[in-house]
Amino acid sequence: MTATATTPGSSRHGDEPLLSVRDLRVTFTRQGEDPFTAVDGVSFDVRPGQTVGLVGESGCGKSVTSLAIMGLLPARGNRVEGTATFEGTDLLTLAKDKMRDRRGRDIAMIFQDPLSSLNPVVPIGRQVTEVLERHKSMSRKAATPVARELLDRVGIPDPDRRLTDYPHQLSGGMRQRALIAMALACEPRLLIADEPTTALDVTIQAQILGLLKELVTESGTALVMITHDLGVVAGLCDEVNVLYGGRIVERGRRHELFASPRHPYTTGLLASIPRLDGARGAPLTPIPGSVADNLPWEHACAFAPRCSQPVDRCTEQSPELEHDDGGRALRCFNPVEATS
Amino acid sequence: MTPANPMTRRKDRIDDLAATAGSDRAAAVREAGSVDEKPGVSLIASAWQRLRRSPVFLIGAAITLVFVVLALVSPLIAPHDPAANLLLDQVRPQSNPIPGPQPGYPLGADDVGRDLLSRLLVGSQQTLIVGVFATIFGLTGGMTLGILAGAFGGWVDSLVMRIVDVLLSIPSLLLAFSIAALATRPSQLTVIIAVAAVQVPIFARLLRGSMLAQRHSDHVLAARALGVTERAVVFRHMLPNSLGPVIVQSTLVLAVSIIDAAALSFLGLGNPNDRQPEWGQMLGRAQPFIYDNPHLAVYPALCIIVVALGFTLMGESLREALDPKTRR
Amino acid sequence: MARFLIRRLLQMVLVVFVLSVMLFLWLRALPGGTVSAILGERATPETRAALTKALGLDEPIWVQYGKFLWRALHGDFGTSTRVLPGADALDIFLTRLPATIELSAFALVFAVALGIPLGYVAARRANSPVDSGLVILSLVGVAVPVFFLAFFLKYQFAVDHNWFPVSGRQDNLSCTRITNFFVLDGLLTRELDCSASALKHLVLPSIALGTIPFAVIFRITRASVLDVLGEDYVRTAESKGLTARVVRGRHVLRNAMLPVVTTIGLQTGLLLAGAVLTEKVFNWGGIGNALADAFQYRDYSVLQILILAAALIYVVINLLVDISYAIIDPRVRTR
Repeated sequence: MTATATTPGSSRHGDEPLLSVRDLRVTFTRQGEDPFTAVDGVSFDVRPGQTVGLVGESGCGKSVTSLAIMGLLPARGNRVEGTATFEGTDLLTLAKDKMRDRRGRDIAMIFQDPLSSLNPVVPIGRQVTEVLERHKSMSRKAATPVARELLDRVGIPDPDRRLTDYPHQLSGGMRQRALIAMALACEPRLLIADEPTTALDVTIQAQILGLLKELVTESGTALVMITHDLGVVAGLCDEVNVLYGGRIVERGRRHELFASPRHPYTTGLLASIPRLDGARGAPLTPIPGSVADNLPWEHACAFAPRCSQPVDRCTEQSPELEHDDGGRALRCFNPVEATS
Repeated sequence: MTPANPMTRRKDRIDDLAATAGSDRAAAVREAGSVDEKPGVSLIASAWQRLRRSPVFLIGAAITLVFVVLALVSPLIAPHDPAANLLLDQVRPQSNPIPGPQPGYPLGADDVGRDLLSRLLVGSQQTLIVGVFATIFGLTGGMTLGILAGAFGGWVDSLVMRIVDVLLSIPSLLLAFSIAALATRPSQLTVIIAVAAVQVPIFARLLRGSMLAQRHSDHVLAARALGVTERAVVFRHMLPNSLGPVIVQSTLVLAVSIIDAAALSFLGLGNPNDRQPEWGQMLGRAQPFIYDNPHLAVYPALCIIVVALGFTLMGESLREALDPKTRR
Repeated sequence: MARFLIRRLLQMVLVVFVLSVMLFLWLRALPGGTVSAILGERATPETRAALTKALGLDEPIWVQYGKFLWRALHGDFGTSTRVLPGADALDIFLTRLPATIELSAFALVFAVALGIPLGYVAARRANSPVDSGLVILSLVGVAVPVFFLAFFLKYQFAVDHNWFPVSGRQDNLSCTRITNFFVLDGLLTRELDCSASALKHLVLPSIALGTIPFAVIFRITRASVLDVLGEDYVRTAESKGLTARVVRGRHVLRNAMLPVVTTIGLQTGLLLAGAVLTEKVFNWGGIGNALADAFQYRDYSVLQILILAAALIYVVINLLVDISYAIIDPRVRTR
C-alpha cells in the first residue's frame, strides 16, 4: 500500500489540511526551576484521512505536542505558543468549554497504557456510552446498543458481557481495543494515538496496529501516530516527522524516508531496529549517548554530541528546517548522502 | 489488594506506607530514565535537597530544635525551683486558690503555690522524655516483632501478626488506657509504657509490610542473585530501605505520645508524682480550676500543641519528601 | 462475595475469641483484682480467702476463663461497684449506648460534611493559600488534645458566651423517651422542643469529638484527590470531552473516595476512644463517660463489659468497612 489513494473518497491531494500546526512551542515553567522548552517550534499538517507519524525518543516532545493540541496539558506550569488550526479554528486559543465540545467528538485520543487509562471502577460499557451521551445527546439506554456495536467492531469478543465488565477483567489488548472504541465512538475526523502499542505484547501490537489501520481506512479518519518505534511507522503512516529535542529534524513520505534517510538521527533510528532480513550477526547500532547530552538549539544542533558525522558548524550555528519541492524537509548541515 | 481480616483497613494504611519503601528504587529508576536525568543522586540526598527548601519542614525542625534545647537547659534558666511551694501562703481555698502574676512570678503560680513559668520551662524535660522513650520503646518492640516475623516467616510470622492484628482491633487510646490501668503504682514509666505499647503493633506491621514489599523488589532479587547471604540481604538491603516509613512514623509518634500522655493524666491514669512537672500532667491536673483559672490549662496545652505540631510538620514533610509519588 | 463474607466472619470470631482471652487475663492482672475491688483494701485475710473461694478464683485459670466466657455469653458481666453501685453492668452499657451513638453520629457527620468538600477544594487548589491554610488547620486539629479542645469549646461558647448549654444531653423538659436517641425521640413524639434542645446540646461535643476525624478525613481526601487527578484515566476522561461535572463525579471522586471510605470507617471506630474524653468533659450520659469513671474508680465489672463492647464495635465497624469497600471497588469484589 502506498501513501496515497486506496481509501474511498480520498481526493486528498490539494485538500485543505484538517489540522495545521504552526510554530508550536511548549515551555514548562516550574517554580524554582529553569523554564524548559519541550516543544520548540513544531509545524506540520494533517490532511483528511491521512496518517502522519511523529517519531522520536522519549523526551523529544512528541507526547507534549499531542497533549498541547488536545488542550490536555496541566492548567498551570506551562506556556503554549503557536497555532493548531483544526478546520479553521485555532484549538490553542479556543475557550475551555468549546474545546470540551470538540474533544471526543472531532478529535479523539488514545493513550499508551490501556490499564491506567481506563477508569478502574466504571464498567467498560459505561465508559463508552458516556462519550455518546455527551456528544450525541443520546440517553444511556439508547447508547448501550451503540456501545455494544462499537466493542464488536474493534474486535472484542462477547461484547454483551464485556459491557458490564471492569477494566481489570480484560486483557491488555482488549483494554486497548476498548479505548479505541471509546475514541472512535463519535466518528472523530482526527485521532491522535500516543504510543498505543508500547505497553502491549509484540503479537498484540501487530493486531492493534492492524485494527487501527483498518478502522481509519474504513472511516476516513485522519490519524496522528506518535511513537518511538519506526517499525510502527513503516506499516502505517503516509508521512513521517522525526522529532529531536523538541524540533522536527526530518520529514518525508514514508517510503522516501525509509529508502533514503538524510538526517543522521533518522539513520541512527533505522540502524537500531532489529531486522529479520538483515545479515546474521550484523550488530545493532544504537545511537550513542542520551537526550541529556543535548546542546541548546539556539546556537547549535542539539543532536551534534551524538551525531555520527558532525562538522564544525554543528556546534556553532543552529540548523534551519529546509524544505524541498517533494514535501521533504531536513534540518542538518551535513546530511547523509541520498542513496536514490 | 486482598484484605485478609476484619481490621484490614487500618492495616492496609500501614501497609501502604510500608510499600512506599519498596517502590522507591523502581520509581527512582523510572525517573532517571525520563526527561531530567540526575544520575547519582540517591533517594536520601534528593529527599534532603527537597526538605531544605520546604518551609513546612523548616518550621517543624525549628520548633523541635527549640523544644529540645529548652529541655536541656531549662533547669538552668528556670527562675525558681519547679517543685518548691513558694507562694503557698497566697493559696486561700475560699477566696483565691491560685496566686496570680506578680513580680518574680510572671505567670503566677499553680494551686499549691509553685511558680508556673518554672514548671512550664522544666516541664519540657519530662515531656521530651515521655515522647522520646515512648517512641524508642514502641519502635524497639515493633522492630523486634516485625523483624522476627519477617525473618523467620512461617508460623512465627503468622503468630506474631495475629497478635498484632488483635492489638490493632482495639482503638489505640483505649488500649493505652487499659494498659495504664494495670499499673499498681502509676509513674512516669508506666505512662511511657502504656503509650509505647500502643505503637508496638503499628511499628511491627509497618516494618514487616515494608520488608515484605521489598522481598520481591528488584534490588533485593539482584542482591540475592549476586549471592549475598540472607542475613546481609535483610540487614543491609531490606532494613535500610524500610527505614523511611519508620522514621516518618516515629516523628508522628513523638507527637502522639505527648498528647496521649496528657489524656492519661486527664483520666487519673497518669503519674501522680508532680514534683517533676510534665505538660500533659500539668494539663490534666488543671481540670478542677479550668473555669476560674483557665490559664493553668491553657499554657501547658499551648506548649503541647506547638510541640506536637512541630513533630507533625516534620513527619509530614519527611513523608512527602520520601514518597516517590510526590517527587517531581 | 459470599465466600468473602464467610471468611471475614470466621476471622472476626477468631479475633473476638483472642480478645476475650486477653480481656480475661487483663482483668486478672489489674492491681488489687476482683477481691480488693469488692472488699476494699482493708479486708482481713480470712474474708479475702472466703471471697476468693466463693468467686472461684482458686480454681485453675482455664476453668476460670471457661466460667468467665460462659457468664459473658449469658450477658452476665457482674454488678457495678463504683460507677453506679449495684447496677447490672450490661444494663449500664445498654442504657448508655444510644447517647454515645447519637454523639458519634453527629461528630461523624460534622467530620465528613466538612472534611470531604474541603479536602476536594484543597486538592484542586493544591499549594494555593487556601490549601495551605486548610492543611495547617488540619494539622493543628490533630495536635490539640481532645479533652482540651472540649474544655476550650465549653469555656468559650457555653460558659463565656452562653450560646450553647454547658453539659448534659437535654434541658429538663420532661420529654418522652422511646429509643433514648433524644433527637429522634423528639421527632417521633412531635416534641420538637425536645429535639431542638438535644441538638443544641450536641453541637459542642460533636465538634470536639469530630475534630480529629475531620482533620484525618480532610487530609486523606486531599491526598487521594491529588493522586487521582494525576491518573491517566482522568486524562482519558478529559480527552473524551466529558463535562467538568462528569469528570469530577464519575472519574475523580468515585475513585478518590475509595481510601476515604476506609478512613471514615476507621475513624468511626476510633470515635469511641475520643468519646471517653469528650463525654467526660461535657458530662454526657454515654458509655464513654462511664468508661472514664470506671477507669478512674477501677470499677471492674463495668470495665470488662465496656472494653469488650468497644473492641467488638470496632471489629464490626471494620467488617462493615471491608464490605462497603468490596461493594464500591470492583477490583476487590470480583476477586
